[in-house]
Amino acid sequence: MHGDAKLVDELREGRESAFEALVAHYHASMVRLARSFVASDAIAEEVAQEAWIGVLKGIATFEGRSSLKRWIFTIVINRAKSRGLREVRFVPFSSLAAREVSQAEAAVDPDRFLGPEAPWPGHWAAPPRSWREDPEAMILAGETRAQLARALKELPPAQRAVVTLRDVAGFDAAEICNELDIRETHMRVLLHRGRSKLRAALEQYLNGEPARFAD
Amino acid sequence: MDCNELVEVITDYIEGRLAPEDRRRFDTHLLECPYCVAYVEQMRDTIAALGSVDVNAIEPSDRVKLVELFRDWKETGQR
Repeated sequence: MHGDAKLVDELREGRESAFEALVAHYHASMVRLARSFVASDAIAEEVAQEAWIGVLKGIATFEGRSSLKRWIFTIVINRAKSRGLREVRFVPFSSLAAREVSQAEAAVDPDRFLGPEAPWPGHWAAPPRSWREDPEAMILAGETRAQLARALKELPPAQRAVVTLRDVAGFDAAEICNELDIRETHMRVLLHRGRSKLRAALEQYLNGEPARFAD
Repeated sequence: MDCNELVEVITDYIEGRLAPEDRRRFDTHLLECPYCVAYVEQMRDTIAALGSVDVNAIEPSDRVKLVELFRDWKETGQR
């Protein structure tokens, strides 16, 4: 985030406006990140609040060797994990990942492609339509975000965790595998499936049912 | 490359994990298929939306709690 260094300095000086700016920028993502490790929205909110305490306690010694965003998100993950571990029937991500990956799954409903007898097998039968006439308005609109947030919550847990870490928090593949203790091959499949489902959910919301070419 | 294959390898493509030959086939297909162009755009837009900041997505009551949290921290000598 632009001006992070300045905000860190101001926070150290005790400026409330700096804290509010950081909260405005990061809090929602922190809750989403926590949510992929814990069982409820309420707990995710608590974890994010605890993480802010951690941020304030640690800001004096934050050296800026990692980015502020990465540092804040790491605090969230550590809190979320220890909170998640205390929950009944905790299942490690490595097991969830293996389970989710073991079932075959198509990125797009196979019905949307032409079959082997068609002149163009494997090509679109019900193609996607561009939603880019006004991408800013559509993608960033409150209701669109709300739909996306809902779809993210509905992902199976390992897919939700991988997509959140990669696309909400910006962690790279190695960091994700390390945080979740999963194999890279699994991580890639989970990322693919999670993103594919989210794209489908947004398409459904923005465009409705895809129209088929006349048969 | 056909459309069905494209939608399965798109994540490796976006993450830069496709072998050069497959990447070439992917790009060539995009030159020929406006529907897959739309699909790739949708995927990129979805990823961008996930990563974008949502400054209004905090409940007023939670914002109040956080402000109190900050003031407590300040009052106890910023420890």
